[in-house]
Amino acid sequence: MTTAVAAPTARGVVNPHAGSASLPVQVLVLARRSIKGALSRPQGYMPAVIMPLLLLTINSSGLSDATRIPGFPADRFLDFLLVITFMQAALFATSNAGLGLARDIEEGFMDRLALTPMRTGALVTAQISGAVVIAFGAAIVYIIIGLATQVDFHSGVLGVLLLLVLATWTAFCFAAIGAWLALRSGSSEALQGIFPLLFASLFLSTLNMPRDLIEAEWFQVVTRFNPVSYMVDGMRSLIITGWDGRALLEMVAVLALVSGIGIAGCARALRRRQAQG
Amino acid sequence: MQRSSEDNGIEVRGLVKQFKTGPKAVDGIDIDVAPGEIYGFLGPNGAGKSTTVNMLVTLLPPTAGRATVAGWDISTQGPDVRKTIGAALQAVALDNFLTAREHLRLIAALQGITGPRARTRADELLHRVGLEEAADRKVGGFSGGMKRRLDLALALVHEPRVLFLDEPTTGLDPQSRTSLWEEVRRLAREDGVTVFLTTQYLEEADVLADRVGIINRGVIVAEGTPAALKAEIGAPTIEIVPTGDDDRVAMSRVLEQFGELHPEAGSPGSVAVRLDQDLAKRASLVTIIRAIDEAGLQVAEVRQHDPSLDDVFLAKTGRTLEGATDAEAGVAEPVAR
Repeated sequence: MTTAVAAPTARGVVNPHAGSASLPVQVLVLARRSIKGALSRPQGYMPAVIMPLLLLTINSSGLSDATRIPGFPADRFLDFLLVITFMQAALFATSNAGLGLARDIEEGFMDRLALTPMRTGALVTAQISGAVVIAFGAAIVYIIIGLATQVDFHSGVLGVLLLLVLATWTAFCFAAIGAWLALRSGSSEALQGIFPLLFASLFLSTLNMPRDLIEAEWFQVVTRFNPVSYMVDGMRSLIITGWDGRALLEMVAVLALVSGIGIAGCARALRRRQAQG
Repeated sequence: MQRSSEDNGIEVRGLVKQFKTGPKAVDGIDIDVAPGEIYGFLGPNGAGKSTTVNMLVTLLPPTAGRATVAGWDISTQGPDVRKTIGAALQAVALDNFLTAREHLRLIAALQGITGPRARTRADELLHRVGLEEAADRKVGGFSGGMKRRLDLALALVHEPRVLFLDEPTTGLDPQSRTSLWEEVRRLAREDGVTVFLTTQYLEEADVLADRVGIINRGVIVAEGTPAALKAEIGAPTIEIVPTGDDDRVAMSRVLEQFGELHPEAGSPGSVAVRLDQDLAKRASLVTIIRAIDEAGLQVAEVRQHDPSLDDVFLAKTGRTLEGATDAEAGVAEPVAR
C-alpha cells in the first residue's frame, strides 16, 4: 500500500484578503443559515409544531379513560401526555439536522463550504444547533399551550425551566443521531428510511402508559430497554409528580449517554468522510 | 504575463490517487504552473481531471506523492491552502434557500471578511458577474448559467491568489462563456492570479491557456503551449474542391507532390492533402494554388485545416475528446472561394 508522502513544512503565500472566522463565529453563521433554511420551508417546521399538537389532541381525548385505571399517576390524560409534544419536537430535530446535512452532502454544498477555511465540524455543529433552536422554540410553544389548557406543572416555575432545558437536550440527542446518520449515509433517502424506526421507538416506550400499568410483559421489557422511556419519564415527572430525583437522574444519565454516542458517532463519521474525500 | 513576486504557483510531484476499486484515477503526475499562468488541464470524462483538482483543493487526500499550492502543502497545510485558493468545482453547489447576496456574505464570513468590507465585496462581485438584479432572489430559481456565475463569484470572495476552475463553462450560453473567459483572462493578466482550468472544450483551452496539459487514464500524455502541441502534430491539411467532378483525379496528382492525400479528411467532392512537415515550412497556400493553376485546373473552394488540440489528443491517446463539439474540434475555416 502506498501512502502520501508528508512534505517538509513549507511556508507559502499568505492571502492578505483572507483570514478565517473563529469556530464559534463559523457555527453561528452556519446555524443562522440552517435555521433560516428550515424556517423558509413550511414542511421543515410545520410538522414539528402541528404533529405533536395533533397527537396530543387525538390521544388525550381517545385515551382519557385511562385515568380511571387504578394507580394511574395523573388526573388528566392531557397532563400525562403533554410530554409527547416535546418528544415529537425532538424527533423532528433528527430530521431537521439530519436531512439538512444529508442535503448539503448530496448537493455538494458541504464541499463548497469545505473549500473555505471552515472546520467541517462547524457545519455539523451548526446543523445540530439549528435543529435544537427550532425544537427549543417549539418547546416554549408547548409549555404555553400547556399553561393555556391548565396543565398543572407540579414542579413549579423552576421545574418548567428545567423541563425546557431537558426538552432542548433531548432534541440535541436526536439531532446528533440524525447528523451521525447523515454523515454515515450521505443520503437523505437513507435517512428518511430510518425515521419510521425512530417514530416506532417513541411508541414502544412509556409514552402512552406508565410501565407498571402496561399489561403485555414483552412491552414492559421493551420499555425498560428503550432509552426514550427514561426521557419521557424524566420530563413527565416535572409535570405530573413534582421533583422526582430518580426519574430526573435516570433521564440525565440517558441523555448524557445518547449525546456522547451521537457526538462520537458524528466525529467518527466525519473523520471517515474526510479521509475518503 | 504578469509575474507576482510571491510564489503563487502550483507544484505537483508524483501525485497518485487510488480509490478502493478500479485502476489508479491519477497515476503519478507531475505539473508545474507558474505564478499568474493559466494552465489548461484537458482530458475526456474519467481521465482524472476532477480527481486531480479535488486533491489540489484539499477535498481529497492523495494516496501518494506531494503537491504545493502557493507554497502550501496540500496534505499537511490544508487550511493555509484553502485561505489562498478559490475554486469553482464541476458541480455547482449552492443552497437553494439562500439568495445570491446571502451566499456571498456567508462565504465572506467563513473567510473572515465581515462588516462593510463584506458588503462592498459582495456588491462588487455581483456587479462583476452580472447578477446585481438577481442579488436578492433565492438561487433555487436561477438558471444554470446564473448559478455558474454565482459559483465563480463565491470562488473570488477573498481575492484568491490561485484559482481552480473545474469545467467552468459547461452549460453556459456562448455569451456567458465569453464573458467568463474575459474575466479569467483579466484575473490572470491584471491581478496575477494563477489559474488551473480543467475543460473538455478544446476551444476554451486554446483561447485561454498559456500552457496545456493533456491527461488520459490518470497519466499526463502531453504538455506545452497550445501552439507547440499543435506544431508537434504536424502541418495543416489543405482541402481543394475542384470546379468539375472530372478534375478530381488530376487535382489529386497535383496535390500529391505536397504531401499525403487524406480522402477521409475532406468533404465529398474535394481532395485533401496533409502537407509534409518539411514542405509545409517552405510551401505556402499560394504555392499550391499556383501549381493547380499551372496544371490548368479550376478551383471552386479552398479550405485550410490547421491541427487542433483534438488532433493532438488523437495523436497522443488514439481517441478523440468526448464532449468536443464540431466547432471546437478544428472544423475547417474557408480561406478562399
